[in-house]
Amino acid sequence: MPLSSRHLLGLQNVPKEDIQLILETANTFREVLERPIKKVPTLQGKTIVNLFYENSTRTRISFELAEKRLSSDTINFSLSTSSVKKGESLKDTIKNIEAMKIDMIIIRHAAAGTPLYLTKICNANIINAGDGIHEHPTQALLDMYSLRERFGKLDGLKVCIVGDISHSRVALSNIFGLKTMGAKVSVCGPSTMIPRFIEKLGIDVIYDIDKAIKENDVLNVLRIQLERNAGGLFPSLREYAKYFGITRERLDKHNKDITILHPGPINRGVEISSEVADGGNQIILHQVTNGVAVRMAVLYLLGTLN
Amino acid sequence: MPDQTKVVDKQGLERILTRISHEILEKNKGSENLVLMGMRTRGEFLAVRISKIIKQIDKAELPLGILDVTLYRDDFRTSLKQPMVSVSNITFDINGKDVILIDDVLYTGRTVRSALNALMDFGRPSSIQLSILVDRGHRELPIRADYVGKNIPTSTNQEVKVKMEEIDGEDGIYLIDLNKK
Repeated sequence: MPLSSRHLLGLQNVPKEDIQLILETANTFREVLERPIKKVPTLQGKTIVNLFYENSTRTRISFELAEKRLSSDTINFSLSTSSVKKGESLKDTIKNIEAMKIDMIIIRHAAAGTPLYLTKICNANIINAGDGIHEHPTQALLDMYSLRERFGKLDGLKVCIVGDISHSRVALSNIFGLKTMGAKVSVCGPSTMIPRFIEKLGIDVIYDIDKAIKENDVLNVLRIQLERNAGGLFPSLREYAKYFGITRERLDKHNKDITILHPGPINRGVEISSEVADGGNQIILHQVTNGVAVRMAVLYLLGTLN
Repeated sequence: MPDQTKVVDKQGLERILTRISHEILEKNKGSENLVLMGMRTRGEFLAVRISKIIKQIDKAELPLGILDVTLYRDDFRTSLKQPMVSVSNITFDINGKDVILIDDVLYTGRTVRSALNALMDFGRPSSIQLSILVDRGHRELPIRADYVGKNIPTSTNQEVKVKMEEIDGEDGIYLIDLNKK
């Protein structure tokens, strides 16, 4: 059973079977990553372009490693050294790259909807690596993979996404994906960071972090995104840390085994304290390892589709 | 129903596997450096059976691995159906070992080619020997088996189906005619 789409633009409306297939396939690649030679010849001869219009450490390296471990040829495009600086439009850039005979584009862009636009102007398989405040599907998939690894299932799992929900593509993709897989999803943060009508997605809104800790199995702690003007939505970082930061004391108060996820990069001492970020509850670096396997699964499933 | 003939029954299959096990031990002068490697799906179960027989004969418990070769296949660009991948499970070191690669049917030889490439990514075995239940001819690559259960001459519009109790509910080898529907 192949995937139902030849692109991965987001997790909204992606059927459960597709998500299951990606997570199952990722198991295979987790095994490949444990081998002495972490490379398989599956995508030999395919050319994949990493088109990153926004900065990234994890996602870009993770995609690049996933591509290389599947033996595809990889081209990296970064904004600062490209002709975009001379004023070349997105459309012209894509058209020119496509003319060089490529098979797949991994795109990150500050504008929501860019990946969808790409599917309309070129023939390559498109994978969204984050489009503005819209979606970041591979991050949500690796979060779900990590949770499934930890809990054995997603169905019925209580997951709260904490922080700047309104600026977060990670939150939106997680909400869509987790809901599809049967998890019970809630969000928590200052009211200025919770988008209006978010409860229409079928999730709970919690304004009290202690209540969120008490009622959930998992906290997915988001980064405060200062580059998207998040700083204007609360009085000070210190105040945010005081009311919404995940600290050892706060977790100890509830005396329960809660699992902490964070998509990175971490603002230590703001949304999460160093003690928690390096402590026993978090699976942050598992997420990073799993990220390569999950991206390999997506690349494999899209790249071998005929 | 396509026309199918039973070529080997349960007893026959047992005898074949017993003979192959003896041949493996004979050729390698014992079981000391051997590891068994079953290729998904049916090779895996054949490997388990061979390991049980070898244990009876030689009192030795051989390391047993499972190899999934999907990622090494050469027909991604030509086949219409996307193959489902699953996990290889090799928990021991194959460096310097004599690996007995086990599969049910040897046909074009392409699956074995994939398996050889896959094994090389796990290490550098001292030797790789191929054990096959049915050799049906029509090789497209220069590959031959070291241990052959049965040679069954076939035409390309026939299919050899190995059934095993573990997944098919019965033991036996069938020759299926694809033309007569």
